[in-house]
Amino acid sequence: MMLQTTPLHKWHGANGARFIEFANWSMPIQYGSGSIEEHRLVRRSAGLFDVSHMGQIMVRGNAAGEFLDRLITSDVSSLEDNQSIYGLLCRQDGGVIDDVFVYKLSGEWLVVVNAANAARDLAWFQTNLPAGGVELTDASPRFAMFALQGPRAIDVMDSLCGSEDTGNVGGVPRFSAVRATIAGAECTIGRTGYTGEDGVEIFAPAEHATAIWEAIFAEAGALDIACGPVGLAARDSLRFEPGFALYGHELTEEISPIQARLKWACNLEKDFIGAEALRLQAEQGVTTRLATVQLVERGVPRQGHTVISGGTEVGYVASGMYAPTIDAYCANVFVASALARIGTELEIEIRGNRKRALVVKRPLYKPAYR
Amino acid sequence: MTFDSNVKYQESHEWSRKDGDLIVVGISDYAQDSLGDVVYIEHPEVGSTKKKGDPFGVIESVKAASDVYMPVGGEIVEVNTELDDNPGKVNESPFGDGWLMKIRPSDPSDYGSLMSADAYQEYTKGLED
Repeated sequence: MMLQTTPLHKWHGANGARFIEFANWSMPIQYGSGSIEEHRLVRRSAGLFDVSHMGQIMVRGNAAGEFLDRLITSDVSSLEDNQSIYGLLCRQDGGVIDDVFVYKLSGEWLVVVNAANAARDLAWFQTNLPAGGVELTDASPRFAMFALQGPRAIDVMDSLCGSEDTGNVGGVPRFSAVRATIAGAECTIGRTGYTGEDGVEIFAPAEHATAIWEAIFAEAGALDIACGPVGLAARDSLRFEPGFALYGHELTEEISPIQARLKWACNLEKDFIGAEALRLQAEQGVTTRLATVQLVERGVPRQGHTVISGGTEVGYVASGMYAPTIDAYCANVFVASALARIGTELEIEIRGNRKRALVVKRPLYKPAYR
Repeated sequence: MTFDSNVKYQESHEWSRKDGDLIVVGISDYAQDSLGDVVYIEHPEVGSTKKKGDPFGVIESVKAASDVYMPVGGEIVEVNTELDDNPGKVNESPFGDGWLMKIRPSDPSDYGSLMSADAYQEYTKGLED
């Protein structure tokens, strides 16, 4: 099967990208400087990510808000125009179908979904569609999506597209969005991201993708702000340190938001698919839950490794890696709730060797904007 | 890409260099470049004896864990513990500070069967397609 490519594919190839297959897309995993340097660049200055593989579902109609409020765990109905919120799509039993970002724009809702789940999400939306008043469009092909992240990201954006009409991007509160023109093309820019740094996510018309992408680097260059492209490997380590979930790791259909410590993203007072199951879990407690550990010995924990306590298997690794900012080998694990407390000693079995690990406070890296 | 002509190579991308009676082993520039940033090295036990072709350790990069294989049979006499705090040296200096370990070969003729730099470069070209 032919892999899908983003409008920037050629640019990536010409600029030192290594590609991997991710959810049927060919995406850059890293560029020439390597993923650890890309990670550090985002923490100290700015990095630009092509995340055009992510799906966009547009929802319109007079019942759109009510519809999304029933499918998504968070307070979607409280959004004003140009605001956004993180939330989850759950099954009746509370298992997570996807984690999503919802923007309320004027007259329509934009739901940003994971590439691997896009088709399944759209099918789930269609299954739950009311008799009338809601119109769904898969808008993914229309958009290129970029993230500019890092302490200098807003400086670049303000210089690039700050205007009297839109106000500076720097004046936009976190989780709000503006319309602005970049390289002659109108874009939607949300003050959000997936790295623990300040920054934006940009929804750009696909046909202008390369011009917009290059305009961002040109602006950073003119301002003498270090800024480079960042691949999926650094995207993973940048999201891991501030404790953001990655679907397929910390979230699956077999894991509930309560287990994944995402109760904050669920309004259990409202009625949504899965609410009943999650209320019960919140009241009675869950038997297994997410914990973050730091290894005391050297070794790289990875997804699927076994977690051991007192000689017996008590859980598994959901994500694990060398965390560059922490300078330590760390993992997110699902273990018996009693073992998820800070300071608990656990062991992780890596190729037959048991490595000592300690449950630590989450997140490993406190987001810079908090 | 550097193909150091002072060392010999094998198809699994380790290089070997004669150092007196010992053989110093590392991974090639080609290998470190394909692996990406190295974050951990699992060393063999010093004093252990392994056959040519046996796995002697693991290199963990950001992307994956990869076994490394004995270029010659023999006893492991030293491992590069400098890499414990600086695994990135494998990327920065694969033929220098990024060496992995030293072997006292049990059969000195093993070394002769390894590839020259030119042969190895030809071999890697075949892997690109």
